[in-house]
Amino acid sequence: MREFKILAVVVFFSLVTYWGVEPFAHSQMHKHVEGDNFQYSDLEDSGKVGDAQRGANTFMSAGCIGCHSVESQGMAAPMDPVMAAGAYGVNPPDLSTAGALYDEKFLAELIKNPAHALNVEHKFDPAKGKVHPMPGFYGLGGDRDQEVADIVAYLKSIAPAEVEPKQAFQDACGRCHEMRYADWTQIGETPKFDSKQESLKHQLKVANYQDKLKDYMGKTPPDLSMMIRSRSEHFLSTFIEDPQSQLPGTSMPRVGLTEEGKDKVLAYMTEIGDPSKEKREAVGPWVIGFFVLFTILAYFWKKSMWRDLH
Amino acid sequence: MNEERRDFLGKALGGVAGIGGIAALYAAKRSWDPLPSVKAAGFTTIDLSAAEENVLHVDKWRGKPIFVLKKSADMEPNDRDIVIGEDRFHVSIGLCTHLGCIPAYLPGEEKFKCACHGGEFDTSGQQTFGPPPSPLVVPPFKIDGTKVVLGEAGPEYEQMKSAGITA
Amino acid sequence: MAKFEKANSVEEWLDQRLAINKVKKVMAYEYWIPKDINFLWAMGMILAMTFGVLTISGIFLLMYYKPDVNLAFDSVNYTIMSEVGYGWLWRHMHGVAASLVFLIIYIHMFTGIYYGSYKKGREMIWLSGMLLFVTFSAEAFSGYMLPWGQMSYWAGMVITNLFSAGSLELNGLVEWIRGDYVPGDAFLTRFFMLHVLLLPLVIMGVIGLHFASLRIPHVNNQEGEDFDFDEEAEKYKAGKKKESKVIPFQPVFLSKDVFVMGVFMIFYFYLVFYHYQFALDPVNFDPADGLKTPAHIYPEWYFLWSYEILRPFSKDIGLVAFGFAQVAFFLLPFLDKSPNTKPAHKRGKAFVAWFWIMIVDMIVLTVMGKVPPVSPFNEIGLVAALVFIGLFVALPIITKKEKAV
Repeated sequence: MREFKILAVVVFFSLVTYWGVEPFAHSQMHKHVEGDNFQYSDLEDSGKVGDAQRGANTFMSAGCIGCHSVESQGMAAPMDPVMAAGAYGVNPPDLSTAGALYDEKFLAELIKNPAHALNVEHKFDPAKGKVHPMPGFYGLGGDRDQEVADIVAYLKSIAPAEVEPKQAFQDACGRCHEMRYADWTQIGETPKFDSKQESLKHQLKVANYQDKLKDYMGKTPPDLSMMIRSRSEHFLSTFIEDPQSQLPGTSMPRVGLTEEGKDKVLAYMTEIGDPSKEKREAVGPWVIGFFVLFTILAYFWKKSMWRDLH
Repeated sequence: MNEERRDFLGKALGGVAGIGGIAALYAAKRSWDPLPSVKAAGFTTIDLSAAEENVLHVDKWRGKPIFVLKKSADMEPNDRDIVIGEDRFHVSIGLCTHLGCIPAYLPGEEKFKCACHGGEFDTSGQQTFGPPPSPLVVPPFKIDGTKVVLGEAGPEYEQMKSAGITA
Repeated sequence: MAKFEKANSVEEWLDQRLAINKVKKVMAYEYWIPKDINFLWAMGMILAMTFGVLTISGIFLLMYYKPDVNLAFDSVNYTIMSEVGYGWLWRHMHGVAASLVFLIIYIHMFTGIYYGSYKKGREMIWLSGMLLFVTFSAEAFSGYMLPWGQMSYWAGMVITNLFSAGSLELNGLVEWIRGDYVPGDAFLTRFFMLHVLLLPLVIMGVIGLHFASLRIPHVNNQEGEDFDFDEEAEKYKAGKKKESKVIPFQPVFLSKDVFVMGVFMIFYFYLVFYHYQFALDPVNFDPADGLKTPAHIYPEWYFLWSYEILRPFSKDIGLVAFGFAQVAFFLLPFLDKSPNTKPAHKRGKAFVAWFWIMIVDMIVLTVMGKVPPVSPFNEIGLVAALVFIGLFVALPIITKKEKAV
């Protein structure tokens, strides 16, 4: 019994120390941010039901494809990424998957007032002469909310039913962020080059894009390869939902992902940044089971060894 | 009785520890294996449509030089040739089968000559003079349109191999 | 030359040349350990085993690690973690064992303090043990540099800056240690050398010394009882195992050690697979950036108590206090003036109080070392640091008054 008492003392002090340096210390270091469950409750819901067919026309009339591509509908990008970044600061996104990835209310607000939806009004203040590169949609003369709802309905109608995690990451994050462990740069996946010249040409293109992006964002957005391990899942979730909540003043816009879209992005980041997760979970029980068996046998062996001693 | 039980327990514990040791050795063995990226890099694709007759093109496959020679009409056909449409190609690992030097191609004489010990090979890679004991080795290949993928064994390669003429 | 007769077995052949039977006897089968011990006496073997685990996992990490500021981070986080077969396992095992080894060292140390195992004749055991603590600390610190993440870089920056010795401003010394003005390639490569070659060699040597220092004074027991080991060993050999106060190292003592090791391994692998974050700090998964300090910089948990002793004071006094903390435990055998080699609870209330206050104080220092330096943590840290120093000043006084029991 004495051994158990000693063990209890050792365990007690170890746990107190652990509690102090891990949960307690971290609670003191990081402010707690409560998420909004991807409700975007600060954005208004116009209550209008959109019509996809009307929306297709409105989409064309509104001039969206002056900047955006919709590859799945055969609408190509008007400029290559580097030129686009030169013109707008960042390459405007392809809208093929937008209807599946982003929240409806968010999309509606984004079309009407981009800086507000993206939560970057601290950066883009028309009064100070700083206008967001995406112009707001002022309507085609009818009910603007209805027109916007139609466009959103159209985007949803052309979006694929299921977006792969990799696609979700590339579309939602990949125009600003690199992911070098997946050979991803802001201008796309890096192909294999046969010659050094080709490879250097490509690198130069990436560097030019990043330069423009840096001017636009204030700093080059970080590589996301290892973010899944350097930030907690809670941090990433609340950060993606609203970057300002975790990093006030950051130039990263609110992306407007639905919860499902966020889960896909995180799933891809886990796949790249923590690829051993599955193996860990598969091997763990075997190793621990082995040592449980080992310890049971060791216990009986020890008992038999010590039997004659007392 | 007591002794026996003690012995048995000691042996059982030793046995279990041994199983753990073997499992750890398996993990250790896996850590020594070539990386997936190294294995993936073990394939080289060569486009043969760009080749010119009687001009040796040297490529690289798994760190070794690869000879690609498009045969001209006057060169003798051989079962070791890779045939694509009307064209015949000699593709081999460019290492002399004597001691591993890289032979040079002499277009005028239409033969390979090894500088190390004077071994010579004809345009089908067969040894014609000197110490080389066997022809230049044909690497595993797979024909893919006008391209060959080295490192993957296609039916043409399997056929050569079963005929025993790859080396 | 000695006479050699034809050997009838491999064992005999080896015995003639290497005296393996005698070695086995001296080192194992007739190396006598007191019988009156508890599981805390197994911590030494657990440390030896953990060192073995660190060595083996380290060897596999070494096969793909690249000590170069441009390659180090990716060689660890990409190549080892996602490409090398079971590379992730070696890394998690290495990181968790490096953290856990300090938990066991602290338990081992406080066991020694509680049972008075540093007293009268056992000073060298304590001193060589403290030397191991210091070399393990250096080993842990140098290893922490290698992934070249944000914590590696900034810990390297802050710790090497300590060598400027406050107002003495020995910047030349700091640069000499780094081989550069800031931690860079030269710094990483030399700490790599220290981590995989020089320090492990020193540790192995000191482990040898530590084991050897046990030979003459023998291992202490739960009651601090002093008895004649030779006499007790004779009793054991004569079959009077119940009466004898000793047991042979092999297999009796070891059988208990192996059981405790098993329990430890269950705990260890639980941490390796399911709870490794405490040992692999998230911040270190951001690549090193000399132009951006992380929001919170703190050392690994096992350095926090001495780091905290540095923090609450002004620069120079802080350094002196820190220096004191580093050597204070070395002096223990000489500061303890008591004639007793007994467990704390038999030495009187004063020493018992001293012991538990020390434990609590070190835990408070550890926690305060990690939380942000704001009120009230600053004040708590200052009090705890003063108490720590006070405890060492008080030790000779209270132990001098202790009655012999």
